[in-house]
Amino acid sequence: MDERRFKKRTIFLILYLVFAILPVYWMINMSFKTNEEILSTFSLWPQHFTWAHYKTIFTDESWYSGYINSMIYVAINTVISLAVALPAAYAFSRYSFLGDKHVFFWLLTNRMTPPAVFLLPFFQLYTTLGLMDTHVAVALAHLLFNVPLAVWILEGFMSGIPREIDETAYIDGYSFPRFFLTIFVPLIKAGIGVAAFFCFMFSWVELLMARTLTSVDAKPIVAVMTRTVSASGMDWGVLAAAGVLTIVPGAIVIWFVRHYIAKGFAMGRV
Amino acid sequence: MKPVNQKAWLLILPVVLCVAFSAILPLMTVVNYSVQDIISPERRVFVGTEWFKAVMRDDDLQGALLRQMGFSISVLLVEIPLGIALALSMPAKGWKSSAVLVLVAISLLIPWNVVGTIWQIYGRTDIGLLGATLAKLGFEYSYTGNATHAWLTVLLMDVWHWTPLVALLCYAGLRAIPDAYYQAASIDGASKFAVFRYIQLPKLRGVLMIAVLLRFMDSFMIYTEPFVLTGGGPGNATTFLSQYLTQKAVGQFDLGPAAAFSLIYFLIILLLCFILYNWMQRVGTRDNSGGNHG
Amino acid sequence: MARIDLELAHAYKPHPQRDEDYALLPLKMTFNDGGAYALLGPSGCGKTTLLNIVSGLVKPSQGGVKFDGADVTGRTPQQRNIAQVFQFPVIYDTMTVAENLAFPLRNRGVAADKIKQRVGKIAEMLELNGQLNMRSAGLAADAKQKISLGRGLVREDVSAVLFDEPLTVIDPHLKWQLRRKLKQIHQELKLTLIYVTHDQVEALTFAEQVVVMTRGRAVQIGSASALFEKPQHTFVGHFIGSPGMNFLAAQVNASGVSIAGKRVMEANLKLNGDDAITLGVRPEYVTLAAPETFGALPATVTQAQDIGTYWLITAHVGNGDGALIRARLNPEQNIPHVDEVVWLNIVGQHTCFYRNEELIA
Repeated sequence: MDERRFKKRTIFLILYLVFAILPVYWMINMSFKTNEEILSTFSLWPQHFTWAHYKTIFTDESWYSGYINSMIYVAINTVISLAVALPAAYAFSRYSFLGDKHVFFWLLTNRMTPPAVFLLPFFQLYTTLGLMDTHVAVALAHLLFNVPLAVWILEGFMSGIPREIDETAYIDGYSFPRFFLTIFVPLIKAGIGVAAFFCFMFSWVELLMARTLTSVDAKPIVAVMTRTVSASGMDWGVLAAAGVLTIVPGAIVIWFVRHYIAKGFAMGRV
Repeated sequence: MKPVNQKAWLLILPVVLCVAFSAILPLMTVVNYSVQDIISPERRVFVGTEWFKAVMRDDDLQGALLRQMGFSISVLLVEIPLGIALALSMPAKGWKSSAVLVLVAISLLIPWNVVGTIWQIYGRTDIGLLGATLAKLGFEYSYTGNATHAWLTVLLMDVWHWTPLVALLCYAGLRAIPDAYYQAASIDGASKFAVFRYIQLPKLRGVLMIAVLLRFMDSFMIYTEPFVLTGGGPGNATTFLSQYLTQKAVGQFDLGPAAAFSLIYFLIILLLCFILYNWMQRVGTRDNSGGNHG
Repeated sequence: MARIDLELAHAYKPHPQRDEDYALLPLKMTFNDGGAYALLGPSGCGKTTLLNIVSGLVKPSQGGVKFDGADVTGRTPQQRNIAQVFQFPVIYDTMTVAENLAFPLRNRGVAADKIKQRVGKIAEMLELNGQLNMRSAGLAADAKQKISLGRGLVREDVSAVLFDEPLTVIDPHLKWQLRRKLKQIHQELKLTLIYVTHDQVEALTFAEQVVVMTRGRAVQIGSASALFEKPQHTFVGHFIGSPGMNFLAAQVNASGVSIAGKRVMEANLKLNGDDAITLGVRPEYVTLAAPETFGALPATVTQAQDIGTYWLITAHVGNGDGALIRARLNPEQNIPHVDEVVWLNIVGQHTCFYRNEELIA
């Protein structure tokens, strides 16, 4: 009976993976077809195999600098998000203080603001500050939804660590920063890995804010892609190739944090 | 319980500053717009709650709100059970688990406009795998012509795109359950279903709460993918709230009503999340005293 | 209830080469029906693995397990009808205390009124009856562990109840209370109980028979007094007792047994031939002797501690650089001072002799 159950689960998993992979396969398929072939014929694999779309991306500066720009602001954003979220999550998981629950919920509410609402005010704010079209601008704007998420996830991990560990360290004469960096952070590596992946992911794929706050110098790949829509129609092939390439950095990130995700986290608070 | 320590505020100060910088000033700007009629940057008239009243009377908005509710609820009903099932069926260790993790996560990493574009092709009956397959099976499938098909396609796309988020969170939650629980259940003679009902589901409560709220908020704000896929059509079958808002703000340059709309929008999400949050808190912790036993 | 026969080994690897590849070296053992057993040993000695093999959570890589003569090696814990209590309390958070206790019965389709009666009885035994309708998630660790114990005991027909260091999370003052409870339950219900622990006091007070384990081997099975009087293995002598047995390297030759060049014993039939052996004597049996008594050794006292009911003397043979000897002395006699040279009698009817760590006489 166990065997049959196991098989059922495996079949379900395989079915889901097929469902998950097919659109991705179609994108990869498209990226190797000519635009004529994409639009004219239905074919399960490229009939006229071409590297042309990838060539376009790797030779055109506006394309590849788009990748670099995206990586820069995503990296800045992830680092800031984690750096500010770590102490805050610690505070939420360890202490009660005036208004703690309200602040926690208020942080979450910032994930609930439709980006469309903030586009114009953001534009005005960053223009006033002279930050328009910089990596920092996008990184800061993305903090709005990533910081609450990072605090939320990290707090869950931290609540799973017994408080006795902190107390023992303080008795042993550790200062807070030394305890935090040398004892506590290694204990919640898994949480940091998971939070980093989510911050990376949400910042990497966000389009509206990134496009609104940049024009040339910091233009991210997601915005460059919208260029494929032009008066002469869409450049499907290049878009598909660009899409394939956007998966790569994220896949690398998840490969690095996979063990942390597999280690799991028990959510204490929520 | 947790010790009271007001100095903890120092630890959360960086977060508060960071978020406030990106949240409070823009929010104030929006509030400011919402009570003014902006004829030109120099000429503004205070109109009080005029825009709010106008927005509330707007039939299109009410339609969009209903569609949005229907969509978000469908998203939760499909993605949460599917995500849990997926997490349960993912291998726990070995190279297989790594491979499956990466495969499952791929859809999350594709920029949202690409997601829409890919599905636009994918769903076409002449050149897309999904559309062609459906057509072969005898369905008169058209996501551009048939409102139901369009709606289902957007839902399917969202399920494809976001179920992995639920699954990853649940997977991480499942891995945190100590083996002793499974061993005890096996000794107590618990069925697979009992293991799920009394061990896995209760232990997943925390991560499920994150998953449900995240999916609810994000689906309520969905914009890019359906915009690219269907442009809100056919008719306005897939015009959800944020698309409607953007049409107002960008398309017609009605800053005042758009701002009022934004605030109402924000308050709706806030209210619904608050209800959801409290409901989920109660579901997991209600006291069974007086319940049947023996 | 059942008699449990084990004849097995468990290796970490598919093709074990050395002793280190084994979690459990080949062993043969029987647990009698209705007995109270303890598996005692330091962490990593294989006692939990052995327990999990009995319960069916782990399948041995060689050999098998028999319950009442029937081979159950391939059966699940449920089929073996085993109950097990783990080191950390495992409770079903969403259920009340009563529902937790009823869970193993309900899964087996026991009738409702029967369940109610059993749950009531077990709750009374464990003094949980006041909390039956409370949510189990909010209880203190010891109450949670009592629930785990209760779930193990609630079924009348279990083959055996296995405990894996069940009192680890319990406060010391509650420990002895729960231990007494378990002993009482054993007498009342006549179940086969197997109790894993690294605490000798726990093992010796709980069990009729103690299995002492080290490095994947069961080195002795016996009652508390057997383990104390005749340790079969130097590890047992060292591990059991407080402090453990004194061991002194000795040389056997035609003229007798000598330690550090001093003859302490006549030649003996059991100890003949030229041989290096180890002499073991418990601190309880080391006595002060007059100088130059045959069978005694001169030693320099390095420490004298008042432990309350006795004095613990630590001494080193010779001038204080020889082998270590501990002695437990009655406070009514003359207690030697530090740096004093005393003669300690180490040979007597309680003295044991070991070769290659195994008892020879």
